[in-house]
Amino acid sequence: MRLWILILAAIVLSFVSLFVGAIDIRPSDLLDFQSDKAQIFFISRVPRLLAIIMAGAGLSIAGLIMQSLSRNKFVSPTTAGTLDAARLGILFSMLFFAKASYMQQIIFSFAFALAGTIVFMQILDRIKFKDVIFVPLLGIMYGNILSSITTFFAYEANLIQNISSWLMGSFTLIISGRYELLYLSIPAVILAYLYANKFTVAGMGEDFAKNLGINYKLVLYMGLILVAVISTTVVLTVGIIPFLGLIVPNIVSLYLGDNLRRIIPHTMALGVVFLLICDIAGRLVVYPYAEIPVNVTVAVIGSAIFLMMLIRGRAYARK
Amino acid sequence: MIEIKRLTKRFGKKPVVDDVTVTIEPGTITSFIGPNGAGKSTLLSMVSRLLDADTGEVLLDSRNVKQWKSSEFAKRVSILRQSNFINVRLTVRELVSFGRYPYSKGRLTEEDHQFVDQAIEYMNLEELEDRFLDELSGGQKQRAFIAMVIAQDTDYILLDEPLNNLDMKHSVQIMKILRKLVDELGRTVVIVLHDINFASVYSDRIVALKDGKVVKNGPTHEIINTKVLREIYDMDIPVQEQNGCRICVYFKSGA
Repeated sequence: MRLWILILAAIVLSFVSLFVGAIDIRPSDLLDFQSDKAQIFFISRVPRLLAIIMAGAGLSIAGLIMQSLSRNKFVSPTTAGTLDAARLGILFSMLFFAKASYMQQIIFSFAFALAGTIVFMQILDRIKFKDVIFVPLLGIMYGNILSSITTFFAYEANLIQNISSWLMGSFTLIISGRYELLYLSIPAVILAYLYANKFTVAGMGEDFAKNLGINYKLVLYMGLILVAVISTTVVLTVGIIPFLGLIVPNIVSLYLGDNLRRIIPHTMALGVVFLLICDIAGRLVVYPYAEIPVNVTVAVIGSAIFLMMLIRGRAYARK
Repeated sequence: MIEIKRLTKRFGKKPVVDDVTVTIEPGTITSFIGPNGAGKSTLLSMVSRLLDADTGEVLLDSRNVKQWKSSEFAKRVSILRQSNFINVRLTVRELVSFGRYPYSKGRLTEEDHQFVDQAIEYMNLEELEDRFLDELSGGQKQRAFIAMVIAQDTDYILLDEPLNNLDMKHSVQIMKILRKLVDELGRTVVIVLHDINFASVYSDRIVALKDGKVVKNGPTHEIINTKVLREIYDMDIPVQEQNGCRICVYFKSGA
């Protein structure tokens, strides 16, 4: 899997994404900057593309970091409760403040995502039975517990409608002014790249990291903070996108190994390509009347790949 | 020089390492031997700072190991624990390159590459250098990890049961390499061993532990005899001399 092929695919798909939609826009329409079509293009289509790119790259990297730090191939924001915790955080911000500002939502969501992931890592530290399959199952159960707490309180407070909009990952509502939070994931991804070697070493265990003079705890928490930042920005803008952080890093790792410095560019590129395909597919299947939310297309395609990984890849993940 | 002074570690109430004082002579292979639960691995972990002692101290060049900066310590002392379970997919060369981390923080200089090349050559891993670790046999993997430690270029190399899960051929291979590291490169090797005959044949000094205490500490020839072995293992073990090596024939000993 060559990097330039992935990047080329991402560029081609980006163009497709820009020009697919209910309203037919052609490149020539953009010449007149004031036209309605150009307005739609710059207020809706371009932000949507940027959101897909940042969410796709970000969630893939978040998954990669989690798999490295937990030393389990099947741990990701979806299978460790991170995304569910972020959503619980948003709910609590709305419960505590009658009219929670965007900033309050962000802070609560981030704090909950971080705490939720740390709790999962602590559980992981304590259990003796660290089977590759058992751990993500435990994570999914844990995520469901957080999710049912969210649902319970949302039901009590009549907030079910608001909450379900974060359950459903969709780029439909992404327009200029509603996605800029995602830019925070860019520094997070850059930091992940700078820390890549440390994450790889930490992924070989605490003893191994200490032998090389690396402060294991510091690297661990640094990684979890990056994961929480990325997850929060995605959940608050797009909603929950399942499986992405799980399957993309695994596919790359299968071919290129686990040296993060080397695989981060590939992982980002494949994440973007995968999410673009899912989004475009969701827009085309029921074209032109409506579109299928991206979390559905990702879940359909992603869960199929995940199942295949579980069945065929068990031997590979165990090694 | 590494000096272990009155070191004690308790897990719960039970002392696992109990008031141990040992000096590691530079330029030797020192083996820690003893029955299961004697505290060998725990002692090694404390020397390498993986574990904190309850009381007592470990000195490296007369300075408490806790006072060393992590990155400086990693240039002087390396530790390899039982590593066969590591499931990270790195190539041999990538793994060995991480041995240079304390020096280069991941940005390898020309000098670092030379160290990596030498380490790979020293362990005869040239043909395997682009293979992933999970594609290697246990013996090859162990050689790759030792190559990493060689690239780390530390005076002291600590190994916790490096022969675990290795067959006879690979065990002998690893021990010969460790001997070469000491004789040719002047390193100091401290090793936890289960097989008393490997300890007898390859090490210069032996530290025998039992119930967390040092039973006997001295040159190999002072330890490998029936009387001392009885103190350590509660077994009557005949010792036979074979080509200048003392071999403990423990298989049918009365306990």
